Amino acid sequence: MLELTPKKLSDRSTLRINPIKTCQPVGAMYAALGVHQCMPHSHGSQGCCSFHRMFLTRHFKDPAIASSSSFTEGASVFGGGSNLKTAIKNIFDIYDPEIIAVHTTCLSETIGDDLNGYIQDAKVPEGKLVVHTNTPSYVGSHITGYYNMIAGFIKYLSEATGEKNGKLALFPGFVNPGDMREMKRLMKLMGTEFIMLPDTSGVLDAPMTGNYTMYPKGGTSIPDIRDLGNCELTLGLGELTSEFPADFLEKKCKVPYKTLPLPIGVENTDAFIMALNQFSKNEVPYEIEEERGQLMDILLDSHQYTNNKTVAIFGDPDTVLGMAQIALEMGMIPKYMVTGTPGAAFERKANALLEKFGVEGCTAKQSGDLFELHQWIKNDPVDLLIGGTHGKQVARAEDIPLVRVGFPVIDRYVHSYMPIVGYKGAIRLAELILNALMDRQDRDCEDEDLEMVM
Amino acid sequence: MKNDNAILPERAKSIRFSECSGDGSGIKCESESVSGAVSQRACVYCGARVVLNPITDAFHIVHGPIGCASYTWDIRGSLSSGEEGYRNSYSTDLRETDVIFGGEKKLVAAIDEIMTLHEPKVIFIYATCIVGVIGDDIDAVCRNAESKYGIRVIPVKSPGFSGTKKTGYKMACNAIMSLVTPEFLPAKTLGVNILGDFNLAGEMWIIKNYLRQIGVEVVANITGDARVEDLKKAPSAQLNLVQCAGSMTYLAKQMEETFDIPFIKVSFFGVTDTSDSLMRIAYAVGDKEVIKRAKAFIEEEKNRVIPLLNKYKKNLEGKKAAIYVGGGFKAISLIRQFNEFGMNTVMVGTQTGSKDDYEVIQHLVDEDAVILDDANPAELEAFMKEMGADILVGGVKERPLAYKLGVAFCDHNHERKHPLAGYEGTLNFASEINLSMNSPVWETIAQGGNKNV
Repeated sequence: MLELTPKKLSDRSTLRINPIKTCQPVGAMYAALGVHQCMPHSHGSQGCCSFHRMFLTRHFKDPAIASSSSFTEGASVFGGGSNLKTAIKNIFDIYDPEIIAVHTTCLSETIGDDLNGYIQDAKVPEGKLVVHTNTPSYVGSHITGYYNMIAGFIKYLSEATGEKNGKLALFPGFVNPGDMREMKRLMKLMGTEFIMLPDTSGVLDAPMTGNYTMYPKGGTSIPDIRDLGNCELTLGLGELTSEFPADFLEKKCKVPYKTLPLPIGVENTDAFIMALNQFSKNEVPYEIEEERGQLMDILLDSHQYTNNKTVAIFGDPDTVLGMAQIALEMGMIPKYMVTGTPGAAFERKANALLEKFGVEGCTAKQSGDLFELHQWIKNDPVDLLIGGTHGKQVARAEDIPLVRVGFPVIDRYVHSYMPIVGYKGAIRLAELILNALMDRQDRDCEDEDLEMVM
Repeated sequence: MKNDNAILPERAKSIRFSECSGDGSGIKCESESVSGAVSQRACVYCGARVVLNPITDAFHIVHGPIGCASYTWDIRGSLSSGEEGYRNSYSTDLRETDVIFGGEKKLVAAIDEIMTLHEPKVIFIYATCIVGVIGDDIDAVCRNAESKYGIRVIPVKSPGFSGTKKTGYKMACNAIMSLVTPEFLPAKTLGVNILGDFNLAGEMWIIKNYLRQIGVEVVANITGDARVEDLKKAPSAQLNLVQCAGSMTYLAKQMEETFDIPFIKVSFFGVTDTSDSLMRIAYAVGDKEVIKRAKAFIEEEKNRVIPLLNKYKKNLEGKKAAIYVGGGFKAISLIRQFNEFGMNTVMVGTQTGSKDDYEVIQHLVDEDAVILDDANPAELEAFMKEMGADILVGGVKERPLAYKLGVAFCDHNHERKHPLAGYEGTLNFASEINLSMNSPVWETIAQGGNKNV
């Protein structure tokens, strides 16, 4: 497998090989699925919608619904206005959502469809809503689409009524439903009243009941999205993902904001808990302290197995930075950190992290791809790979264990239910990483070196 | 009409109950999807890509923004006996500046870069939605690259909006014709081409093995486990076997016209279809020895497989099946196969079935069976429940739907876990649906008085 990856690095400025990103619309679709009774709508060719649903279904192992404007030749020439009009009517008639969240595609952007105008002209039944965001696939990545959609909801719905609600607005970053559940649990334990947007827990990790519901119980409610404008403070988790909507909400509704890294690892989770503590003025309860203490215990017990191990981390920018943080906390060296999502801030933050821990000789790259990462590994290998499923070819080719974290993970189960954030998430990550390294040691050692007690 | 609540008025003509189809109007199919429907259908690019992707030593460059390359990266379980290049994802990853100033330069550079890295014999350039809109002349880029490097660089114009998945199949077939058409027609050899098997889970190997056993030479596999040099021999074959009729009939007709190769449609799903197809191939080849060997081989295989199938039969008999697949031809094969197992098909739908397909389907199923074209999840849910289906056979998007309803599932698409073609494929299929329908998991989830399950 991947015998075609030459060790010798060559100048490659245009050809993208084995990407670590995908296009904006799928991120927008994911965000829209985190709103209660919302139908995500893809304004473009039918394939986009189908591919995105397939992509999400493969990761979450759950149905991902969305509708499409089903562009034809005619729409590509005359614009997609009538397609969208028909779509809005049909969607409310048959699928009866409370809200339709439209996102664009490369096609509808390139032909210059005016979504604002189309939506103003559309017949929307009394009490129902249509919002939209622009997600040109040739700008940014799925992360961009995700935060654009969040901003789209805010733009249409959030209002500052002049009366504060005492709540914290939380943008969770591009994470799994399991992570969103964990963030909510920690906020509740801290006695923090909050509104989280989006919230895909209860939607893409909905329980099996024997009934299929198009709109499962989860998701941020529309009144809550409106009420975001009355929050005291916004906390944006994942600085490269959540700053944009946080800033947008501040501009529109004067809600001040603060951003933090995704709460992956000790220090980042500490920062999250302290921010909640400052906001709610509540003491950190023993339950959280206990979890933190357990994590300390685990890191200490196992440190000899992780110390100085080298690791290559790839995926979405905030996830990679969070994983690099916990890797460094476990004494590992994040030799390569690569994201496909463009943006120089990623490299700055990664390098700042390395400096903080006093680690040298590591490389961070934005707009990278797995082909290049593979070439680096061929020239100077690592002990462990951390990232999504697409790393499995490299893992096999170079015989390196892969810990599956991030998006997409399409070849394993359960991952989307379990957190990587918070102390509990860190405990889980420690287990995943240790198991990968220690299984490898068991596999590779000589018979006489096989240890029963480790 | 039943289930009015789940059906858009515009969709009503695409759904038929077998009993009321006698009005002469037939089912509405082979048309565009309704705007706003949660369709399970893909697009032109998808159709083109799935057909060409299994050519293992070709390089597939997707010209467009990154998404289309990401979503199709190594997703089709087409196996290779050698080259693995097709399992990588190559794209020009068009950005905003390219959309403004055009993407041609980037495409030229991408081809240059791939030529630096590798030694391709063929490069396919897929033009996705915006390429035509921004005015890129990919024909010119491909022509120039061909003369610069002396290899084939074939444009596949597949903007998603320019039709349905079937249009994409056609684009792929045109690309294959462009690749295999020689300057002079070669002399005929005694051998056949297999069209429309994509070697999912190794099915091409099973079929080639059968043909070898009955003494029929295979010239080219199109496109499962195909290599460029083998494809180029295709014009010398004496007969084309068309398996996935939806995608490959068009190519077969072109090859008949251009290379004078007749074709027959075959299916290797189920004992009956496999045996019929082998006999028809033997007669079409017309060699007495081949006919004799085919008869003996079929006899032997039937004797081996039927007793094994009968062991499953007691678990399967009387169960109700629902089918939702891409093409009509596969749906027909599946209905026959369920009949062999003593199962009843209560719902059957396809994404791209033709009028002819639906007529055959109507004759094969019971009077009250539901037939759907281009269905959405709400319809699938409503009819599966109403008809009391025990298992759904479908693809990736249908799997979680079935499981949420507490209905067993078997993937008969890209994610199939075992080969489902031929005699051993039939055994695998029986085993898979038996495992899913009769899994202990149903007992487990039914505990605690969950009456819905």
